Amino acid sequence: MKARGSDDVIVVHGLKNGFGTQVVHENLDLVVKRGEILGVVGGSGTGKSVLMRSIIGLQHPMEGSVEVFGQSMIDRDDTEATNVRRRWGVLFQNGALFSTLTVAENVQVPLREYYDLGEVLLDEIAAYKVGMVGLPEEAGPKFPSELSGGMKKRAGLARSLALDPELLFLDEPTAGLDPISAAAFDELIRSLADTLGLTVFLITHDLDTLHAICDRVAVLADKRVIAVGTIPELLALDHPWIQEYFNGPRGRVAAEAAERAEAQAEE
Amino acid sequence: MSATADFTEETDGDRPVLRFTGPMTLARLGTVPRRLESLAGSPKVIDLSGVDRMDTVGAWLVHRLARDHDAAIEGGDDSDRKLIDQVAAADHPLQRRPEAEGQFHRVLRQVGDATVAAGRTLYGLLGFFGSVLIASWAVIRNPRRFRGNAIVRQFEVVGVEALGIVGLMSFLIGVVIAQQGAIQLRQFGAEVFAINLIGRITFRELGVLMTAIMVAGRSGSAFAAQIGSMRLAEEVDAMRIIGISPMESLVLPRVMATVIMLPLLGFYASLLALLGGGLFSWISLDIPPVTFVQRIREVVPMTDVWTGLIKAPVFGLIIAMAGCFQGMLVEGNAEQLGLRTTSAVVQSIFLVIVVNAFFAVFFAAIGWV
Repeated sequence: MKARGSDDVIVVHGLKNGFGTQVVHENLDLVVKRGEILGVVGGSGTGKSVLMRSIIGLQHPMEGSVEVFGQSMIDRDDTEATNVRRRWGVLFQNGALFSTLTVAENVQVPLREYYDLGEVLLDEIAAYKVGMVGLPEEAGPKFPSELSGGMKKRAGLARSLALDPELLFLDEPTAGLDPISAAAFDELIRSLADTLGLTVFLITHDLDTLHAICDRVAVLADKRVIAVGTIPELLALDHPWIQEYFNGPRGRVAAEAAERAEAQAEE
Repeated sequence: MSATADFTEETDGDRPVLRFTGPMTLARLGTVPRRLESLAGSPKVIDLSGVDRMDTVGAWLVHRLARDHDAAIEGGDDSDRKLIDQVAAADHPLQRRPEAEGQFHRVLRQVGDATVAAGRTLYGLLGFFGSVLIASWAVIRNPRRFRGNAIVRQFEVVGVEALGIVGLMSFLIGVVIAQQGAIQLRQFGAEVFAINLIGRITFRELGVLMTAIMVAGRSGSAFAAQIGSMRLAEEVDAMRIIGISPMESLVLPRVMATVIMLPLLGFYASLLALLGGGLFSWISLDIPPVTFVQRIREVVPMTDVWTGLIKAPVFGLIIAMAGCFQGMLVEGNAEQLGLRTTSAVVQSIFLVIVVNAFFAVFFAAIGWV
């Protein structure tokens, strides 16, 4: 898909979120540019998921503005919001597949909701979407309860891609997957993002994912985004949490692995 | 931008050409998919040079057309090509639903499955009863393992907290029995016998039975849900590993509390039903409370009270066991938890009513009529 419109897909400004007296975000600013994969990291409880939920309109912020595709997402009526919703896909942490529908039917749900395409084309679309996310064809008629964790994530991804979105939200896509599946999933997201020209908002704890596929990384701490940039740019900063995160034992191993992978690719 | 996708069929020399124009994206396809299905000719070339944008659905339509008519794809930029290649790579037939079986087979299989499931449940319940007995024996032999606090807590949950709802329910049932009885008996000029009806039916049957049904709905389901969610969170496994017997710590307190509380609740329910009936008789039939109490003492034999009180602990045992048993069977996902909770209630009420029928025959046979 060719680029069009403004270059900033998501603009969050002065966001404040909280539950009761506990404030999760305060004065949070974030910009996601068209076509990039933005990784969002932060310690447990820093409100990564809450941030995603307030961008996609599931959490009503106390203050601040959220714009997606240049349109405000706060206090919109449902029909207007629907037009924006059609242009994004969301992969929830556990897939959030509808348990009474098969994988193929799950993929078709958004298509049926918005378009009148005819059963034949619907089945064909479900078939290639399921194939694109790397699920075997036997998975189509299976129910979510019959799938493994990794397959559920792939099926969830297929459903979030159903409407050919321009923007994709992924909440910890590789959590709970074994390293091999996680690496395969990273590669899948990268290649889909490249061919489909997707903008991806990716919440993750997986350092390998950050190194492998993210164009930029946003760091959530102290109730706001303290830094956004490529990993080398972040490493140049002198913030203790960032240093600890990327230079801790796990961070170093992931960085080395990423370097090795790059070296191999060059050969 | 606002244009929709379109295509034209042309002939370029001797080759039929199909030219796509406009945005080939899901939102702007318009009638293209339908028109493609009823395509007249068989294009040999598909021209994409007029296409300004494409997504996977557009790419799929192009790929399918090329595949079905063995046509060549011309025009289109690199990203369009890449998209079509990616879609083509994922092209395989997909089944949407699992194979459906024949109607006759399905009915047969469902009957069979239900029979096996019923048999297994009864067998499992019997086994569970055995485990409860073993756990009780272990606690009796070693009374230090008796979990007093847990039992007292369950007394509160099963008994005390149920007083309000059980009382209200019984009171209203007492009123309804008195009212309906009076209406029927009035035809024979024997309104005063409504008191016999209230007294005997509440102590003998309804007091305990209705209480059992209420406790099954309130506590039996709660047992299944509590133990079931502990199973899901692997708390029960953690207990076993630490060396705490889930039978002694989870099941036994609940079973004992229900067995002890149900007769008390049942008796209390009977009294409240009498109160309701008495109040109705006083207001509506002009029978003063003193006469009402006197009549009750004359017409209700002590054996009726015993009948109710003997049945109640058995009902309590059934309810608590069915609840805990179903809770322990929860495995895997949250959906199971809901199903198990439902079957705990259904099973306990069903079994209570079956056992109640046996009791009725038994008490009649020993002359407690």
